[in-house]
Amino acid sequence: MVDFKRFTLANGLRVLVHEDDTTPMAVLNLLYDVGARDEDPEHTGFAHLFEHLMFGGSVNIPDYDQPLQRVGGENNAFTSNDITNYYITLPANNIETAFWLESDRMLSLAFSEKSLETQRNVVCEEFKQRYLNQPYGDVWLKLRPLAYTIHPYRWATIGQDLAQIENAKMDDVKAFFKKHYAPQNAILVVGGNVEFEDVRLLAEKWFGSIPAGERYVRELPEEPLQEEARTLKVQAEVPLNAIYMAFKMPRRSDPSYQSYDLMADILSQGQSSRLYTSLLKDQQLFSDIHAYITSSLDEGLFLIEGKLVEGVSVEAAEAAIWVELNKLKNTAVTDDELTKVKNKSESIMVFAEMNLLDKAMNLAYYELLGDAQLLNIEIDKYLAVQSADIMAIAQRTFIPQQCSTLYYLIAKHA
Amino acid sequence: MLDRKKEPAYHQVDNINFIEPHKQQLDNGVPVFTINAGNQELVRIEFIFENVNWNVSKPLQAIAVNHLINNGTPDLNAQQIAERVDYYGAFLQTEYGADQSTIKLYTLNKHLAEVLPVVKSILTSSIFPEKELSIFIQNQRQSLQVSLQKNDFLARKYFANTIFGDSAYGSNIEMADYEAIQQSDLLDYFKAAYAPENCTIFVAGKFENEEFLVLNQIFGREWGASSGSFRNHFVFNENTKNDLFIDKPDAIQSAIRMGCLGINRTDVDFPGFQVLNCVLGGYFGSRLMANIREDKGYTYGIGSAVVSLRDAGYFFIATEVGSDVSVSAQEEIEKEIILLRSELIPESELDLVRNYMLGAMLGSLENAFSHADKFKNVYFSGLDYSYYQKYIHTVKNISAVTLKELAIKYLDLDFFTKVIVGRK
Repeated sequence: MVDFKRFTLANGLRVLVHEDDTTPMAVLNLLYDVGARDEDPEHTGFAHLFEHLMFGGSVNIPDYDQPLQRVGGENNAFTSNDITNYYITLPANNIETAFWLESDRMLSLAFSEKSLETQRNVVCEEFKQRYLNQPYGDVWLKLRPLAYTIHPYRWATIGQDLAQIENAKMDDVKAFFKKHYAPQNAILVVGGNVEFEDVRLLAEKWFGSIPAGERYVRELPEEPLQEEARTLKVQAEVPLNAIYMAFKMPRRSDPSYQSYDLMADILSQGQSSRLYTSLLKDQQLFSDIHAYITSSLDEGLFLIEGKLVEGVSVEAAEAAIWVELNKLKNTAVTDDELTKVKNKSESIMVFAEMNLLDKAMNLAYYELLGDAQLLNIEIDKYLAVQSADIMAIAQRTFIPQQCSTLYYLIAKHA
Repeated sequence: MLDRKKEPAYHQVDNINFIEPHKQQLDNGVPVFTINAGNQELVRIEFIFENVNWNVSKPLQAIAVNHLINNGTPDLNAQQIAERVDYYGAFLQTEYGADQSTIKLYTLNKHLAEVLPVVKSILTSSIFPEKELSIFIQNQRQSLQVSLQKNDFLARKYFANTIFGDSAYGSNIEMADYEAIQQSDLLDYFKAAYAPENCTIFVAGKFENEEFLVLNQIFGREWGASSGSFRNHFVFNENTKNDLFIDKPDAIQSAIRMGCLGINRTDVDFPGFQVLNCVLGGYFGSRLMANIREDKGYTYGIGSAVVSLRDAGYFFIATEVGSDVSVSAQEEIEKEIILLRSELIPESELDLVRNYMLGAMLGSLENAFSHADKFKNVYFSGLDYSYYQKYIHTVKNISAVTLKELAIKYLDLDFFTKVIVGRK
């Protein structure tokens, strides 16, 4: 149970407070309701590049990191296709420094050319390090446009290529800030060894005077129903053949979300899971195999990916995955197996309560989903899933004509 | 009117509370250290075994035993073991480290009595079935093939092998080493290492006397005969200058790793060396990050670290940089080291680092698990909590003059090993 209280400032900033006096630390987590899905197709990678620029100094504070480190704090951020999330942890008695820093960059950035220049380079190196200079590193750059034709999930958070990042201009940066970084597009969570009333006063003091800005109204194209099997064969300098299969699944807020999550666990959570025991251990077709979901705010993906054992044919490996998927469609999951994955979900949620930052991030994310209180009833949704629910979603999902398959193969040299 | 240019008042961290563990013993003498804290009804129990019987011709035996220990007993096959743990929502993890091997259980308290017997069975009667061993070999070989295409992996591997040679810290694992693993060696190693006299248990979470009694009832008795062992012990040569270049003409980034043997936690200079490391590359605002990432934009990340092992300590800097700036990046790294050896760190920078490190220490003690981890650090170095008092005192008081002396003593480029994988 993660307790919290909330209030909203006049400018629309939602604030949640989680008091936890078992720690001497405090967390300030600020979620902006903007991700790569909100980018212009000509400027992909921008939300993430922008996240880097948020550390390049704000209107009144030339350097973001130093003053925070000087009070014993640390910070970081991440960008996904859906959200951009900034967080600070610091000794609780220095919490005001976090308010000072975070509110100033919501007010306005410094928009320094030097920072833009440097962070363009840094992000290009990040692109190379994570996506280009690794075996299989560019899988998501290829899989997304295969699975999505018009929805902006068709590009990766890092951007579709290096060129678009290299072309980012200061005017784009300013426009993006104005459009998305307003108080009413953000959720602030303050947790740890803090008092609700103190947080309320600090929030008013530092964030209260920031203009409300414009409300961003999201109008994203709906991905049409996929009606044909899509495949892509890639050959590259990799040591092993690999398969990636992507099926569509409903958005995060759909009532069937928890069934999908449990279905992925049945296939792939732990060494007793189906794909592991059947395909890796018994049949020895794969040396590595996983199923997982993207948990996206719009229509997401259910994925199966595996690396093939040397000498196994791609056809045989793929057919064996389909046998497992068809089993889910045709045979009810037993009570024991369902209990097992539910117990695992329960454990994961209880263990997540050990970590203050995780709690704060979760509160912000569930508030974005509609109500932070959803976090505390999430487990009940998992426990309510029935065997028939799993079979129903398996039948709806694992349809060959609605599958996007990427074959990532060892390059054949002439 | 709010003055946004003026930073709020702040306080240096002055009070850091360490929760010391409660020490008990099982009936068979196995020590149990417990941090009983936290509000959640859960517990982490770690069974830690010293690594023993190092044999350079069988470098993978300890790793393979650790990895395969949950893959079969006379009564349960690998899948049944996994089912019994997974059914109760528990997590059973194996972890091979340079000095110790760990079997780690995470469980909700309500399932403790159901899952502990499974752990007992694998710790005392694993049989390492041939079939599981062959799957392990096949999949590890495949995994190694993928890793060998990663420049940072290669840099790490060649660096460790250069400074640590054929010891457990530096052994240069090749494909053939996997082929050579024999079931009989695993059984021998298992018998030697996974014995009660070589085991220490660390518990963190909700763990009262009632839970201890359950633990003692299951693990406090006979474990079966153990065959005796000698604990690994390594002695290393002095640092020498080494330059390794692994040419990857197509690489778009080069992995750089450089450093040297140094001191471990038992050395009186260690806390001071940690401060020095922090200034150089130990936090986001470090000199290496400020120069090579934030000023030049050569990399996504660069850092340095000091590592304390039982029989050695070492220092390293690691990064991946654009291939076209590989040479410039190396020059800048070396410049930063020379600067630490020739000029005093300004007081304002040092104050920032002091406060940052104290905040990081405070923040690293957030729950029962992290308190247990802090204890393990000193326990396996043969130290006690006075180490942390010295550490805090050093962070608060060490002078720029002393830090410069430490840089001269421990960061000598003429004795560095440098590995570049990619393009020069």
